[in-house]
Amino acid sequence: MLVEKNNEIKNFMLNFGPQHPAAHGVLRLILELDGEVIKNADPHIGLLHRGTEKLIEYKTYMQALPYFDRLDYVSMMCQEHTYCLAVEKLLLCEIPLRAQYIRVIFSELTRLLNHLLAITTHALDVGALTPFLWAFEEREKIMEFYERVSGARMHANYFRIGGVSFDLPIGLLNDIHLFISQFTSRIDEMEEMLTTNRIWKQRLIDVGKINCRQAIDLGLSGPLLRSTGLAWDLRKVETYEVYNKINFFVPTGIYGDSYDRYLIRIEEMRESINIISQALNMIPLGLVRVDDHKITPPYRIQMKSSMESLIHHFKLYSEGLIVPQGYSYGCVEAPKGETGAFIVSDASNKPYRCKVRAPGFMHLQALNSLVVGHMIADLVTVIGTLDIVFGEIDR
Amino acid sequence: MKTIYKKLFYKRLKILFLFEVFRGMFFAFKNIFDSKATLNYPFEKGPLSSRFRGEHALRRYRTGEERCIACKSCEVVCPALAITIDSSMRENGSRQTDRYDIDMTKRIYCGLCQEACPVDAIVEGPNFEYSSLTHDELLYDKRKLLSNGDKWETEIFANLQKESLFR
Repeated sequence: MLVEKNNEIKNFMLNFGPQHPAAHGVLRLILELDGEVIKNADPHIGLLHRGTEKLIEYKTYMQALPYFDRLDYVSMMCQEHTYCLAVEKLLLCEIPLRAQYIRVIFSELTRLLNHLLAITTHALDVGALTPFLWAFEEREKIMEFYERVSGARMHANYFRIGGVSFDLPIGLLNDIHLFISQFTSRIDEMEEMLTTNRIWKQRLIDVGKINCRQAIDLGLSGPLLRSTGLAWDLRKVETYEVYNKINFFVPTGIYGDSYDRYLIRIEEMRESINIISQALNMIPLGLVRVDDHKITPPYRIQMKSSMESLIHHFKLYSEGLIVPQGYSYGCVEAPKGETGAFIVSDASNKPYRCKVRAPGFMHLQALNSLVVGHMIADLVTVIGTLDIVFGEIDR
Repeated sequence: MKTIYKKLFYKRLKILFLFEVFRGMFFAFKNIFDSKATLNYPFEKGPLSSRFRGEHALRRYRTGEERCIACKSCEVVCPALAITIDSSMRENGSRQTDRYDIDMTKRIYCGLCQEACPVDAIVEGPNFEYSSLTHDELLYDKRKLLSNGDKWETEIFANLQKESLFR
């Protein structure tokens, strides 16, 4: 038998997704495999593209806000926060202190919401179902807070330009306090199932390793960057709202692997509880939105009794607010990393351009360098640890 | 030196006897005896706040007159362009809508329309169970919205009264 000598053996190409349950949405990966080892992972995005950035150019500043909820649909209020910060920078408006505290409390509740989903779906992908069920019980409670404060369980549309839409309902802060006082033990339960578990450790330790230099070069932020040892947290380094009055620390990792990132997320949840409890103690009484009716609508009772307020009301809801010419970048430390909104204003009632900086997009581009050389089974771990959500990647 | 060996010994023992696995399993097992977190949905329902943004409704005054004055604020403010309004003058000189359509498949539950409404005519009521088998049933016209308003008036009124402090 004669065998053709220059017969090339090509690596096996595998299509992963876009409907794979471990792909966290509509991730499509073209994997180049050598046996079971990944040689190259090429993410194909755009399956959830809704043209948010372009749509926002055709909406007034008030109408553009609900679109931000729908970018990263597991950390809703943080996205609104970026947009509000960016527009408030242009308007040069300082929001009332109570509104700042409300924003901090709800940003941190959003962090819990996101990390509960991130950790437990990660565990689910790796094979542990139980913590997932427990976390969704807790998520339900947090979403109830969302519902009580804004009227919607997920897409809240609660943070508005110049404050928040309504004041907190009576008794909500007390219930949040009760929630966070029991939540620590819920985290302990989850940790009991995962942290020391040998299967969990074997699947996570030394998988998806990255060093600090690489992480910065790839534009990573959030737990991914902090897992490499760099304590980069926008709440500390570029503080916004009242985070400078609150005492908290930024957990960092050492090895930059998936297990570090898991521990960081757990620790961040504990820090969030700490932040919320401090904010609950410090929250003052007062206005929840700026008392400038060129920016925020007047209260209903004013609107019904004073002509000027009625004019403001109509003007604001029809024409919208006029933002001075210029550009601004508002960014917050969202649970996933640095989420930002860059807004260019041409002194009209609509943004001339709005660019969203989604952390998931940067994290997904790091996928290839994290996953090369690992087995297919580790790919699932890495996707889980990246904590990607396709709403914000495809926008 | 002795303590280090002792520690190491216990560590190996724990690994050998699957200590953390049993501990986790015990925790999971303990949960069987906890109270259930699930609801038996069609018969039990979760609590709803007075701010809940559900199905739209058009309200009337107590006299039976429509509240809506066709100012079209809701139509303008709607980010999803889900509302369509045509209006004309009535015989008594009042402005009323001829047509008030909401495409329930377009709307995004942002609540801007009820905030924009100066007369509390369009509200988002507490009903969230209005799924249908066809798309056409979710294209609401004025008659449907008014009948929603009549149906849910007590709940909507109570909610609005509760929220009047905050809005």
